[in-house]
Amino acid sequence: MENLFTWGGGMWGGIGLAVLQILALVVILLVCIAFLLLFDRKVWAAVQLRKGPNVVGPFGLLQSFADLIKFVLKEVVIPAGANKTVFLLAPIITLTLALVGWAVIPVAPGWVVANLNVGILYLFAISSLGVYGIIMGGWASNSKYPFLGGLRSAAQMVSYEVSIGFVIVTVLLLVGSLNISDVVHNQEGGFWNWHAFAFPTIFVMFPMFVIFFISALAETNRPPFDLPEAESELVAGYQVEYSSSPYLMFMIGEYVSIVLMCAMLSLLFFGGWHMPVPIPGVENLPEWLLSLGGLFVFMGKVTFFFFLFAMVKAIVPRYRYDQLMRLGWKIFLPTSLVAVVIVAAYATFTNAQTRPGFEQLDTNKSGALEAPELTAVTLPSGMDRDKDGVISWNEYRRNAGAVN
Amino acid sequence: MTLIAFYILSSIVVASALFVVAARNPVHSVLWLILAFFTSAGLLVLIGAEFLAMLLVVVYVGAVAVLFLFVVMMLDIDFVALKQGFQNYLVIGILLALTLLAEIGIVVAAATFGGGETFNPNPGGPTNAEALSNVLYDDYLLLFQMCGIVLLVAMMGAIVLTLRSRPSVKRQNIAQQTGRKRKDAVELKDVRPGQGIP
Repeated sequence: MENLFTWGGGMWGGIGLAVLQILALVVILLVCIAFLLLFDRKVWAAVQLRKGPNVVGPFGLLQSFADLIKFVLKEVVIPAGANKTVFLLAPIITLTLALVGWAVIPVAPGWVVANLNVGILYLFAISSLGVYGIIMGGWASNSKYPFLGGLRSAAQMVSYEVSIGFVIVTVLLLVGSLNISDVVHNQEGGFWNWHAFAFPTIFVMFPMFVIFFISALAETNRPPFDLPEAESELVAGYQVEYSSSPYLMFMIGEYVSIVLMCAMLSLLFFGGWHMPVPIPGVENLPEWLLSLGGLFVFMGKVTFFFFLFAMVKAIVPRYRYDQLMRLGWKIFLPTSLVAVVIVAAYATFTNAQTRPGFEQLDTNKSGALEAPELTAVTLPSGMDRDKDGVISWNEYRRNAGAVN
Repeated sequence: MTLIAFYILSSIVVASALFVVAARNPVHSVLWLILAFFTSAGLLVLIGAEFLAMLLVVVYVGAVAVLFLFVVMMLDIDFVALKQGFQNYLVIGILLALTLLAEIGIVVAAATFGGGETFNPNPGGPTNAEALSNVLYDDYLLLFQMCGIVLLVAMMGAIVLTLRSRPSVKRQNIAQQTGRKRKDAVELKDVRPGQGIP
C-alpha cells in the first residue's frame, strides 16, 4: 500500500496510477472475454459439426459485441412480486466479485494490480463469495424455479469449495508462501518444474490438478455440473426472471469467474507465465519485452484451459444432483485430505536439513535474514529474489543446496 | 489516508450493524450482517492483519453467513409475531448492551491510560501467516491440537445427533450398478407361438 503511493508520486498520484491499472486490466479482460465467448461457441459448434456464429463480421468475430448491444438495448423487466433492490443487486454483486478477484492475478512478471502477501487466500475468499449473487438472485425473484436453482447452486458451490481449499493447501505447502508471484517463481525453468509435473510430487500433484479442474467446473456452475440452470428441470434456474442488462451481468460475471479459474489453474499448476522449455539467452532481452512475452505465454495457457472447459461442455452429459454431492463429499474431500497429509510430510522431511541452518543465521528470529546477519556469511548471488535486501525463508530454502 | 479509510469503513460497519437490528425483512437483516462482516475484514486489513481479514471473509462470510441466509430464506417465520414480546426482554437487553459497552470502555481505557503493551499485528519481520504459525505451532502446539480435538468431538456429536437410518429410502449402489453383467440382466427365452412364457 505505502509503496504504491510513493511510486506514483505522492498519494493522489498513487491512487490515479492504481485506477489506471485497474481500468486497463478490466477493459482488456472484458475484450478478451468477448472473444473467448465466441471461441466457446465455435468449439461447441465444431464438436456438433455446425458452423457456429458466422454472420456478424468476418468469421462472426463481432458476434459478442452485437449480443452486447442487443442485451443493453432491451427493456429491463422486473417481476411485480420481486424484491427490487436485492433483485438488481444480485447481478451487480456477481459481476463485481468476479472482476475483483483479478486484482491479485500476476499476468506477467511484476504485472499485478495488488501483490498481496495473502494473495491465494484472497482469491479463495472472493470465489467463496460468488455464491451470494446467485442465492440473492434466486430469492429476490420471488418465484419457485429461481429459488430452487439458487438453493441448489449454493449447496453445490459450498461443497466444492472444500476440496478446492485442500488442493490449494497442497500447492501452498510445496511453495511455502501465500503470495501468488512466489507460487509462480517456484515453478521456474521448464515444465518439469511445474507443480503438476515436478518429479517426486507428480504422483500426488497431478491428481490434485485434475481434482482442481473438476471442482472449478462445479464452482463456476459449468456443465456437466450446471444443475442450478438445468433447463429440463428448472427452466433456467436463478436466471429465469432476469432479462436484458441484469442477465448480461450474470452472464459476464460467470464467464469472468470461469476465466479466473483457468488463470488459477495455470498459475498454481502450470507455471503461470513461464515457458514450457526455457529459451537460452532470453535473459539479455529488455525487461518489458520479457514481461510482454510472459503475458502471451500466460494468455496461451489460460486459453488452453478455457478450451478444455468448452470441450467438457460439448462432450460430457450432465450429472444428477446426488451424484454431484457424492463426488464432492465422498471422493474429492477424502482424496484431497490424504494428499494434504502426504505433501505436508514430503515438505517437512525434504526441508528438515535447511531449517536449522536458516535459524542459525537468523539470530534475532525475525523470520528473515537482514543485513547485519548477512555480514557473517557470503550467500550466492541472486538469492535475494525480490531484491529487497532481506532474504526470507522461501528465498533461502530454494537455494539451500547452493548454501550447503 | 488510513484515517479516512478507517472512518469510512467503521461508519459502514456501525450503520450496517444498526440495520441488522432495524430491518423488517429477516433476509435483509442477514444481508446487512454480511456487509458488516465484510467491512470489518476491511478494518482488519487496515491495521495490517491481512491473514485474519481473509479468514474472516472465508469462514464467516463465505460459509457461516451462507448457511444463515439459507435457513432464514427457507423458514417462513412470522417476525411480527416474534417481536410481540419484545418489551419483556427489554431490561435484559439493555443490561447486556451496557455490559458490552463497559467492557469496550475498560479495554480502551487500559490501552490509553494504562501504558501497557499495545497490540501490533504486524511487527515488521515475518508475514502474518508466518507469525501466526510460529505462535500456534511452536508456543501453543498442545493447546492448538486440543482445540482441534474438541472441534472433532463436536462434529461427531452433531453427526450422531442428526444421522438416522431410513431403510425405506432407495439409494444408488454404484459398485453394484457398474458390476452388473449382461447375463444378470438379460435372459433369452424361446417363446413358442400361441403358448406364452411358462
